[in-house]
Amino acid sequence: MKVDFEHIQAAHCESGVTRNLLKHIGVEKITEPLAFGIGAGLFFTYLPFIKVNNAPAFAFRTMPGLIFKTVCKSLDIDVVRKKFSSKEEAQTFLDSRLSEGFAVGSQVGVYYLSYFPKEYRFHFNAHNIVVFGKEDGKYFISDPIMENVEILTEYELERVRFARGALAPKGQVYYAKLNHPVIDEKIKQGIKKGVRKNIFNMLRIPGPFAGVNSIVYTGKKIKGWRDKYGLKKSGLYLAQLVRMQEEIGTGGGGFRFMYAAFLQEAYMFFQNDELLKVSEIFTKAGDLWRDAAVQASGIYKGRIGTQQDFDTMGDYLLEIADVERNAFKALSKMRF
Amino acid sequence: MQKKDVPQDLGALGKITKEISYATDDLGKYVTEQSVGWDVKKTALDAAWGDIEKRIEQAKQKVWNNEASPILYFMEKGLMDVSILAGYTGFAKWRVKRHLKPSVFKKLSDKKLQAYADVFNIKIDELQNFNPA
Repeated sequence: MKVDFEHIQAAHCESGVTRNLLKHIGVEKITEPLAFGIGAGLFFTYLPFIKVNNAPAFAFRTMPGLIFKTVCKSLDIDVVRKKFSSKEEAQTFLDSRLSEGFAVGSQVGVYYLSYFPKEYRFHFNAHNIVVFGKEDGKYFISDPIMENVEILTEYELERVRFARGALAPKGQVYYAKLNHPVIDEKIKQGIKKGVRKNIFNMLRIPGPFAGVNSIVYTGKKIKGWRDKYGLKKSGLYLAQLVRMQEEIGTGGGGFRFMYAAFLQEAYMFFQNDELLKVSEIFTKAGDLWRDAAVQASGIYKGRIGTQQDFDTMGDYLLEIADVERNAFKALSKMRF
Repeated sequence: MQKKDVPQDLGALGKITKEISYATDDLGKYVTEQSVGWDVKKTALDAAWGDIEKRIEQAKQKVWNNEASPILYFMEKGLMDVSILAGYTGFAKWRVKRHLKPSVFKKLSDKKLQAYADVFNIKIDELQNFNPA
């Protein structure tokens, strides 16, 4: 059987899944940028003591799962979320929800995701897809970053649902249930809440590991990488930074462009010109992140690599931190 | 980023699917635009894979020099670290670490070897008689 569900490609997996699942239950107005903004998705963190694929962990977005959760909570939509210890139980639960007509979100690992190109298959366990049907033991998969609908066998889906390692999905599935229609007023409240939450996450978390402070911290550290790690290793670390910023599922510019798009859409609800102005600041931040990526690529390609080149790289991040701090400060002063 | 500046450098993913980027149109309004890839991203991924190849090669040498058990080689080849391997085999991390020692590895039961072979999708024989391609 196939559930009535429309596969729409997105820039980012979780905001895409959120948009598609909400559309499935009749909430039409939540676009991908709105989901990202209401879900307070924008973030930055650098965790030098945690290694992912032998390089330090960076993230340009909030913890996996938070966007869907926050959006549904803000819009007063009920969420069913379930993890499993038994593989059989996980499949039975999924199959019965499908037969009831629900499209079901699923957290998966990408290492065994058969339709992904080999080059992208790392042990990354926080990818999100929607399962929306099953025929002859094969599942219909809506993967927001793929153009077309994909197919997975029972075994293939089980394997990615039960991937192991950091953020192991444990068969996790989730779906939304609508108890009453989502009116514009609710969306407006959700936008305000999302913005406030994002201001907090980017400006007010103490310490150097989260938000704008973390961008400053990273920028300063990068200037010391050449002496500390040597060219080869610091090149790899910079490549990791760029991959987290620009790799599949970010919409480019470390999600900054998506946030700028969110503010433009927020304008449609509030007609406050300030939103458009701040949107432009985020566009600038996204552009700067991309310039920084070009600089970083010069280093990991081995084209440049003097101390001055590392200083320039670090200075990019310091400049970005300034731009983003100003943008969030402007948002925090706004009355809308 | 303006729509016309969305990079179109064909990469591994671009051959299978186009990615969506957010970019502004002539009026400054955000729209989505498909991209087949960006050279800056492609080379970042290449750098990561270059490092992986190097680690696999180093692991191979270590096994040959009897400094590590073949499990290290297959672990690196599967892009895993000790904690991921522990997750897939069900062994505790400290045990996996011990199994990386050649002396401990030699005494492993067939049952434990089979657990590793299953995760690596190989035969026990490939662990016992290390001879990678």
